[in-house]
Amino acid sequence: MILARTVDATRRYGDVTALDRVSLEVHAGELVGLLGPNGAGKSTLINLLVGLRRATSGRVELFGGDPRDPTRRRQIGVTPQETGLPATLRVGEVVDYVAAHYPNPIGRGELLERFGLADLAARQTGGLSGGQRRRLAVALAFVGRPRLVFLDEPTTGLDVEARRTLWDGITGFHADGGTVLLTSHYLEEIEALADRVVVLGQGRVLADDTVEAIRGLVGVRRVSLVADHVPPLPGVIGVEHADGRTHLLTTDSDGLVRDLVHSGVPFRDLEIRPTSLEEAFLAITQRESADAERTATSAAPAIA
Amino acid sequence: MSLALVHARYQLLEIMRVPAALVGTVFFPVAAMLFFVVPFSGQHPVQATYATASMATFSVISSNLFQYGIGVAEDRNQPWDPYTRTLPAGPGPRLTGRILACLAMMFVSLLPVVLIAAVATEASVTVGGFLAAAGTVVLITVPFALMGLAIGYALPSKAALAVAQVLFFPMAFGGGLMSPPGDAPKIIEVVAPYLPTRGAVELMWAAVGDFPVRPLSLLMLVVWTAAMGALAVWAYRRDEGRRFT
Repeated sequence: MILARTVDATRRYGDVTALDRVSLEVHAGELVGLLGPNGAGKSTLINLLVGLRRATSGRVELFGGDPRDPTRRRQIGVTPQETGLPATLRVGEVVDYVAAHYPNPIGRGELLERFGLADLAARQTGGLSGGQRRRLAVALAFVGRPRLVFLDEPTTGLDVEARRTLWDGITGFHADGGTVLLTSHYLEEIEALADRVVVLGQGRVLADDTVEAIRGLVGVRRVSLVADHVPPLPGVIGVEHADGRTHLLTTDSDGLVRDLVHSGVPFRDLEIRPTSLEEAFLAITQRESADAERTATSAAPAIA
Repeated sequence: MSLALVHARYQLLEIMRVPAALVGTVFFPVAAMLFFVVPFSGQHPVQATYATASMATFSVISSNLFQYGIGVAEDRNQPWDPYTRTLPAGPGPRLTGRILACLAMMFVSLLPVVLIAAVATEASVTVGGFLAAAGTVVLITVPFALMGLAIGYALPSKAALAVAQVLFFPMAFGGGLMSPPGDAPKIIEVVAPYLPTRGAVELMWAAVGDFPVRPLSLLMLVVWTAAMGALAVWAYRRDEGRRFT
């Protein structure tokens, strides 16, 4: 059963295309991780799915209807940004406020207990620590006994122990049949929680696969050297020139070095480094846009 | 409806937690009563009554313009606002809650005006006149609430504050709220009927005394209300929370 879906959804802000023809389905019982560098369109995609923004074109569905229709949102839970909690209200009051919107909310005590906030019910949210606020923000997503929760960067800024506690909460919800769409900067977090990963870059879905498959995709290494000329080599997914050095991005650095030596090209100062997640995304995105340009160029004469 | 009451309760709760905010709402009308009405018109029953009605109108205008204009603009600026729009409720309960809370705050700001008039001036009003004035207060809230909502939804919070202030004083003075009926400077007598403040204050004067409301003022009040309503709806539709370009 499909709980949420976009079909060719595009969202522009003025001249900027934040989301470019994204098609995505979230099925009941899935725990989907949404990965991507800043500005990749993760938040825009979630904003469309929870009814905060309209798609410029394409279709967005939540429980089979328009997410902008409030009744479609009865079975979802969303995390507010922890910086945005009303500072003068008490923790218990914020929970009660959110609970008032749902037909069958979880009891305040039970919810606060589950997220380790039971002692803080009478505190004003403005007086909480960053980690406590984050936990409250995540807890609010579960107030209405949702079937689908959207967790945007749920553990950013938390220490290791607090992160583990939240992870346990999320996996527990998932084990009971709950569906989760999660965004994160941390590959580790996605690996620990998700069964499926969607990689966004420049507003497009670059990959949508299991964690194992994505890990392979992200297992990109940077082979860096100084050379006058590097011939085209198999397995290179990105080339950058900077500070007189040539950087080759590849998933098989051993094979690339072997090919490089066999090619007989003179080179020096060879270095091999693992890339960060961010770099891997950049490499993948650059490859994508290069492909797009090539297609456009080769298509041009046909049009003319 | 119960959800609207929840929203109203939380709005008031947030205001009560920062009581200094109340001072601003109450200060203007109280100061105007003490420094203008009491010394200059306090001894004349009719003038004092009209002047009190003017100050009540003044209070209604400022209360609505600022509470809606700045309140809405500031809420839109908070990350909490988009979150509340993901909750399974349309804009109705939240808006109704806001209206209830603003009405409550407005009556709080009117209380000292009425008390000062009763204690320190010769102003007098019949029970019927008082009830008519109370009803009129709610009626004339409408155009200024809509004006506030239009400002609040159309502008970022700092601009909303500036625009509300820039609009408020010329409208209050231009509408003749600072002069006894029929005794305003010539230029104001000419301009006033075209401002929404005039129709509002004439209705208040009519409620507490035997002031004949001018049809032109009333017509213009209706026109302003319709225009502000359209503007508020347009600004609300256009709004998707704060945005950056």
